[in-house]
Amino acid sequence: MLKIENLHAVVTDSEEEILKGIDLEVSPGEVHAIMGPNGSGKSTLANVLMGKPSYSVTDGDITVDGESIVELMPDARAHLGMFLAMQYPSEVPGVRPWQFLKAAKDAIDNANGQSKMSVRAFSKLFDEKVTETGINPDLIKRSLNEGFSGGEKKRNEMLQMQVLAPRIAIMDETDSGLDIDALQAVADGVNKMRSPDRSFVIVTHYQRLLHYVKPDVVHILVNGKIVETGGAPLAEKIEATGYRDYLTVR
Amino acid sequence: MTTQERLTISRESQLEDSGYKWGFTTDIEMEMAPKGVNADIVRLISEKKDEPEWMLEWRLKALEYWNGLQLQDAEPRWAKLRYPEIDYQDIYYYAAPKTLDDAPKSLDEVDPEMLETFDKLGIPLHERERLAGVAVDAVFDSVSVATTYADQLEERGIIFCSFTEAVQKHPELVQKYLGSVVPYTDNFFAALNSAVFSDGSFAYIPPGVRCPIELMTYFRINTEGTGQFERTLIVADEGAYVSYLEGCTAPIRRTSQLHAAVVELVSLDRGEIKYSTIQNWYPGTKDGQGGVYNFVTKRGITGNDAKISWTQVETGSAITWKYPSVILRGDNSVGEFYSVALANNYQQADTGTKMIHIGKNTKSTIVSKGISAGHGENTYRGGVKILPGAENATNHTQCDSLLVGDQCGAHTVPYIEVRNPTARLEHEASTSKVSDEQLFYLMARGISEEDAHYMIITGWSRDVIKELPFEFALEAGQLLKVSLEGAVG
Ligand SMILES: Nc1ncnc2c1ncn2[C@@H]1O[C@H](COP(=O)(O)OP(=O)(O)OP(=O)(O)O)[C@@H](O)[C@H]1O
Ligand SMILES: [Mg+2]
Repeated sequence: MLKIENLHAVVTDSEEEILKGIDLEVSPGEVHAIMGPNGSGKSTLANVLMGKPSYSVTDGDITVDGESIVELMPDARAHLGMFLAMQYPSEVPGVRPWQFLKAAKDAIDNANGQSKMSVRAFSKLFDEKVTETGINPDLIKRSLNEGFSGGEKKRNEMLQMQVLAPRIAIMDETDSGLDIDALQAVADGVNKMRSPDRSFVIVTHYQRLLHYVKPDVVHILVNGKIVETGGAPLAEKIEATGYRDYLTVR
Repeated sequence: MTTQERLTISRESQLEDSGYKWGFTTDIEMEMAPKGVNADIVRLISEKKDEPEWMLEWRLKALEYWNGLQLQDAEPRWAKLRYPEIDYQDIYYYAAPKTLDDAPKSLDEVDPEMLETFDKLGIPLHERERLAGVAVDAVFDSVSVATTYADQLEERGIIFCSFTEAVQKHPELVQKYLGSVVPYTDNFFAALNSAVFSDGSFAYIPPGVRCPIELMTYFRINTEGTGQFERTLIVADEGAYVSYLEGCTAPIRRTSQLHAAVVELVSLDRGEIKYSTIQNWYPGTKDGQGGVYNFVTKRGITGNDAKISWTQVETGSAITWKYPSVILRGDNSVGEFYSVALANNYQQADTGTKMIHIGKNTKSTIVSKGISAGHGENTYRGGVKILPGAENATNHTQCDSLLVGDQCGAHTVPYIEVRNPTARLEHEASTSKVSDEQLFYLMARGISEEDAHYMIITGWSRDVIKELPFEFALEAGQLLKVSLEGAVG
């Protein structure tokens, strides 16, 4: 479904290389976890997958269903069913979460030749997911992410993911800064969405989330490269020993 | 017909030239006076309108005053605007549809082609029911054509008609209030307007009456080289309320066109006037040729416990010189100014407000949002003046600029004069850009780059747009989008 081959990426402005040859293949229905020390390139990978213009791919390829997406703008990638829950979601003054998400849903549906969801049907879906994700209903009357706490922003990302129901969901530290209940809600959300034709790439620092959401594959990313790949137990090992071994090897 | 439907109609007449969607002209025969302004032209205008002597006298005095200013070369130049010298003798000051002499008494008598033009403009004169609560007094190249909803208004004693008609039918009201807020000596453009104003709107709401519908006027400038000088006077008598909408579109023209309007608002004790404008005149081509020069004087005056609120969305014109102001004369009166001004391509906007606090406990609010794109130059010029008698006056000013691209400019020029120590003033200002992070965020959700820009910009303007009546707000959002085309994406 999602295939990353020898991916090299630089910061567009400075040409500083951050991703130094990454290979990764995610099959339909799989959950991949990516762990790694601060600054190792996890968010960069997530953003490059989604086509953030501040990074440029200098070598290698990313394909979805066998087609390269490297040249696609972020919106076109979203139309293919990709989604990135951001580590630091932007604040957008004056734009309501409902309005934003309806526009997103309409754009994706439109690109896929589907008709627009009626306001009523969408509102129903929206309200349902608001309840499920446990977002304070007062929040969604505010501007998008404006004045949201860290945890509230993450819940809002989950709300969007659940409404847009992507095929390839990339989550960048969605579990960081969440209280126990919120963590549980995120885990429940992911587990409920797990299906044979949907894949997840979950960037996390903690075993906590992976305790609830069992990953099929765990990758350790250090200094722009995947240094180890394994099953769920790898995450437990990291929790116990940290990244020292990988860092000293380098 | 809803605003959105109206927009669809207007959008069909698309011209590739500058992306200006409302550009079309009609071939209605025009009756024109020769170019130039002098006492004879003023007499001719007055005579065409069959005006009483006092009206002509007033015009002539204004002309004399303006001539004096001309001699002193007193055309204002303090605004941050650059435009070629205007030759005031090379402009037509009067144009009327030929069919006016056998004046249309009802819609059935209106020139069909004119009706068609209104159709393109989206004013469904022949579809009153579907007008859904809005009465339109449309100024078409200087002469009002038809007024709808007149009966409903008449029942309540509300007068809403063309200025010309008001001079005929309600001379006592016109004489009492004309020039009472903006005297002809006020400024260069107001003096010129006072001499040659062609038509405009007049509204009077009697004491204690709440106007049940939004009054609406559309202005259009049509004949090449015709300066449009309309004059609007709105009086809310004691305890009266009215919401007034002014919407504008203009067809494409090569040469620049001068527009110098005057709007006077009088809100007597406990009265309230809400005045909303969408200004979408031809901004000129992408490289800065042509476009409307818009020099407007708008001002209101309040009685005790009265309120005046200006809301404007300014997306058009090559040059905008406009400062809707409130003289807070009455105690406890309130003045508001909400503005979104957009300058794209080579547009220049110098706009803002003046709040003059005279009465006790007077309160003013200013929210100005300036959007600059392309090579646009946007200046906020605002004055807050607290006079010695204005005990406990308060003002809150919020002045935000948004830059789209790096060739444009945003400038803020606040003037503050406080002559009473009890005054409380707050001033907030910010300049921001549409951030790459915001754009990426929206685009990562599937929204196109252009729509993402548009969503961020209208969101940023929300504090102003939400002050507009609902349908107008939709239209304003659309307008921002259309006006920004080419600047983003
Ligand atoms: N736009 C950028 N400009 C300059 N440097 C960047 C940019 N983006 C990332 N970097 C650098 O690349 C490295 C990887 O950053 P990245 O955000 O991908 O790390 P991370 O693994 O997500 O870290 P964390 O666990 O702290 O979230 C860091 O050294 C960071 O400073
Ligand atoms: Mg990160």
